[in-house]
Amino acid sequence: MDANLGRNLVGVISFPGSNGDHDALHAFSHDLGVPSRLVDYRETDLSRFSALVVPGGFSYGDYLRCGAIARFAPVIEPLREFAARGGPVLGICNGFQVLTEAHLLPGALLRNATLRFHCHWTHIRTEQTQTAWTSDLTVGQVVRLPIAHGEGAYFADDATLAHLHDTGRIVARYCKPDGTVDAAANPNGSIDNIAAIANHAGNVVGLMPHPERATDQSIGGDDGLLLLRSVVSYLNVPA
Amino acid sequence: MTVVERPSDGHRLPRWLVEVVVVPKLGVNDPEGEAILGGLRSLGYTEVDRAQSGRFFSLTVAAEDADRAREDASRMANQLLANPVIQSFRIQSVSPISSITTPTTL
Repeated sequence: MDANLGRNLVGVISFPGSNGDHDALHAFSHDLGVPSRLVDYRETDLSRFSALVVPGGFSYGDYLRCGAIARFAPVIEPLREFAARGGPVLGICNGFQVLTEAHLLPGALLRNATLRFHCHWTHIRTEQTQTAWTSDLTVGQVVRLPIAHGEGAYFADDATLAHLHDTGRIVARYCKPDGTVDAAANPNGSIDNIAAIANHAGNVVGLMPHPERATDQSIGGDDGLLLLRSVVSYLNVPA
Repeated sequence: MTVVERPSDGHRLPRWLVEVVVVPKLGVNDPEGEAILGGLRSLGYTEVDRAQSGRFFSLTVAAEDADRAREDASRMANQLLANPVIQSFRIQSVSPISSITTPTTL
């Protein structure tokens, strides 16, 4: 284990209905050897954490809208303050939906255009590496990750989308294995094939695919480690 | 008219049944509405050219009058019932609750 990793503590927030929390915990603690623990949704002291993950699943049963109820959990205001101080936050799948509902990221995730729940491998093209969660990647790098969602079609109005483009906040887009971004590679009808976006500072990223479920060749691939390891590199760069 | 205690001011206020409808905003992809439209057309209803599906909320609100109940419900819709990024809402109706029993329309 890299000695640098020992300084950090990654928190994975568990809401009622989260189901990707243990996968994310395992990815950090087992696959990357980074100290990590689950954070109960009622916790309010996040001061010990270096990075936080809002995991996938069906928080609060997806009642009302995906992520709409989780935004009222006690952990969210401290999470908002953590993000405002520049702390790295990754929202995966339902976690991405929670971050948009909590207005930590712009836009929203709509029902898949196919009206089907999509559960399969996808490829995404890295568009922005100046974020806490993609700093180990290179622009154009294709990463193979699974998706598992029914409501993952990213949507933002024209002005917001233009702003995301202009400020380099589109982090990854669905693509073919060779990196071509086209309609055929878009699994869910996301506007502009968007799979991941970041906030202005790049410390908060929302991502529909699941890096925590691609951490070992024995489960089909380990490209997810490239993203999750990025945050460790990001944290270890002297400010 | 049924009245309840409003904890904030302690006055006894009339209660109102407020019905809120939330639908996808125009311009936002609505694959569900399109699928419903396709279903209606395949049943032979060729006169239908648009279908939207949304959500219906029935709220019981204590307020001084109907306008205040409507304003309260609008704020609730803006903050929670609808996501203004992708959805619009309208207050379908505001009616006084005259019975002490829970409205059956719920």
